[in-house]
Amino acid sequence: MFHWLEKHPFFFAVAVFVTIAFAGAIEIIPNFAQASRPTIGTAPYSTLELAGRHVYIKNSCNACHSQLVRPFKSETDRYGHYSLSGEYAYDRPFLWGSKRTGPDLMRVGNYRTTDWHENHMKDPAGVVPGSIMPSYRWLFKNDTDIDTAFAEQLTVAKFFSVPYNKPVPMKDGSSIVVKMGSSIEDAKAIALAEAKLIVADMKDQDVKDAVAKNKIPEIVALIAYLNSLK
Amino acid sequence: MENRPLEYDYTVAKMFMVSTIVLGIVGMLIGVILAFQLAYPDVNLMLGEKFAEYTNFSRLRPLHTDAVIFGFTFNGIFATWYYVGQRVLKVSMAESRFLMFLGKFHFWAYMLIIVAVVVSLLAGVTTSKEYSEFEWPIDIAVVVVWVSWGVSIFGLIGIRREKSLYISVWYYIATFLGIAMLYLFNSMEIPTFLGQSAAGESGIGDWYHSVSMYAGTNDALVQWWYGHNAVAFGFTVPIVAMIYYFLPKESGQAIYSYKLSLLSFWGLMFVYLWAGGHHLLYSTVPDWMQTMGSIFSVILILPSWGSAINMLLTMKGEWQQVASSPLIKFMILGSTFYMFSTLEGPIQAIKSVNAIAHFTDWIIGHVHDGTLGWVGFMIMAALYHMAPRVFKREIYSKSLMVMQFWIQTLGVVLYFTSMWVAGITQGMMWRAHDEFGNLAYSFIDTVTVLHPYYAIRGVGGLLYLVGFLMFAYNIYKTMSSRRVEESELQSASPMGA
Repeated sequence: MFHWLEKHPFFFAVAVFVTIAFAGAIEIIPNFAQASRPTIGTAPYSTLELAGRHVYIKNSCNACHSQLVRPFKSETDRYGHYSLSGEYAYDRPFLWGSKRTGPDLMRVGNYRTTDWHENHMKDPAGVVPGSIMPSYRWLFKNDTDIDTAFAEQLTVAKFFSVPYNKPVPMKDGSSIVVKMGSSIEDAKAIALAEAKLIVADMKDQDVKDAVAKNKIPEIVALIAYLNSLK
Repeated sequence: MENRPLEYDYTVAKMFMVSTIVLGIVGMLIGVILAFQLAYPDVNLMLGEKFAEYTNFSRLRPLHTDAVIFGFTFNGIFATWYYVGQRVLKVSMAESRFLMFLGKFHFWAYMLIIVAVVVSLLAGVTTSKEYSEFEWPIDIAVVVVWVSWGVSIFGLIGIRREKSLYISVWYYIATFLGIAMLYLFNSMEIPTFLGQSAAGESGIGDWYHSVSMYAGTNDALVQWWYGHNAVAFGFTVPIVAMIYYFLPKESGQAIYSYKLSLLSFWGLMFVYLWAGGHHLLYSTVPDWMQTMGSIFSVILILPSWGSAINMLLTMKGEWQQVASSPLIKFMILGSTFYMFSTLEGPIQAIKSVNAIAHFTDWIIGHVHDGTLGWVGFMIMAALYHMAPRVFKREIYSKSLMVMQFWIQTLGVVLYFTSMWVAGITQGMMWRAHDEFGNLAYSFIDTVTVLHPYYAIRGVGGLLYLVGFLMFAYNIYKTMSSRRVEESELQSASPMGA
């Protein structure tokens, strides 16, 4: 059979393709739907959080920080409850990372504050002596791209039925509604309102001035995102 | 007329040879910079505060991986295909104007993609998925180029004189099909300009931005099915294709066993794809999938070692060539590193070992003993073998090759030993508890302890880069300063003397 295949390239290619393709099909398809369901208490990202997630991705934070707490005592002691599949239901893309040059950030919102992040992003080694993380000062100057975050919200709401403007159940039995703007102006107003809550806890005068002028520096969006990781 | 040796046309092979070398230098240079950034964080500001955004570790890291994978390795794969393909199929590219045009299109379109990738990654335009960071416009261009390579492969096969496909061609076909399937499914994404607001606005935000078709756990599963197997079909399958051609050619020895090559080829095809789950051990993907990933990773030793042992046994009775020929040195050490790396990988895929190894530098060490020791050595050996034949000139300096070999070998050894120690040290410190059951170390303790290993790794990487520059210089001098031979060097290896 193999001799015959070697003389018939078309059938050879088909045989190779079938051999390599079915493993993927068997591994990926069976649990696909189940793995897409959110846990109770997991809400979609707000406009500013999503914009902050884009800042996180733009700077490849995931190159050094994981977002996956493994079910070991040493990890749950350090980072909090181990990760559950449904907690990632709104993560497109997933940001588990593959290397922990820095600590895991899956639940960083539980134990770090806005002003901690502000100081740390400016001078990591000043906050954590011995840190090898570079500073991210340009985040204090660059403006956040709210438009693209809004476009992504619209896209995921349309194609993946992500529940924006709909009640999302919380663990205590209550429910919350994550707002998505009805227009670009509306989306910007929603993001700005979120940004004002963040900068209230910040010290950098330039950032405060920018938000007062209806601009949102990237650092504000990034902190909004990091605070949402719980 | 029939007995006259064919004149093969190496125009496209030459183009890809040059791009392999240039992108190899770029990718490895960025790698060395990254290594020193981890050891000495001030290197992040090497061009000053003004350019900090673009010289920063996290911006450069995807550029390094993509430059060495899609730049160096894939250009090397293409260069060798446009050389090996013609020779084992006994047909010249010059016989078909269409295939010649397609080959050139393949090259120039691929170069354009590389420029687009460099610009977009520096600007921070990325999907964040490892080795698949490109946004949809680049993905579409990649598909076009990939299809053009496929047409080129099957076009050449279509007009072949040698009816039976040589082992190398099996592996090139598998590379084409494997990457096509993986890349396509992993890059499924929806451009966000399709979103429409309630007020009727559309085309909002960056036109090139997209959102992944899969979410969370599913996205991770598809990504590592891709990520792991991109290694399979980029770093293993096509490199095995090369060694099956170049080692017998260079040594003058026939392949030891045809049956072993059959077993390892079909075994590799069958087993490799299952193993992706080992990147997701103790994650939120279903447990049965993790176990499958673990088990199949261990089984994967068989076909991998099958190929490597076939190579080593091909040298049976001719081991003196390892001492006399620098090229054989590269290939034999490459096979050895392949065996080494394909044993180390399965060990790391065992769940209890993975609990320590995952997220640490041990994984980085594993990747690099495979890529530097196996992929890098084999591609350089292939180019060294090709250069005298495509440029019709003797290799410029054999002693430079020997020196390069030892410098790079030392570099690889420094690299993986330091990363082993770093990875296992950090993995053990993360989990260490004191007598009261509290964590023994804060995270930063586990970072500062790595400094010496990061410095050693940087030196190892630097040595490898120095060796690569010697390789580039040697090839450049071969191209430019040696006397042109009358005809292609047919039988005797230029290294054999």
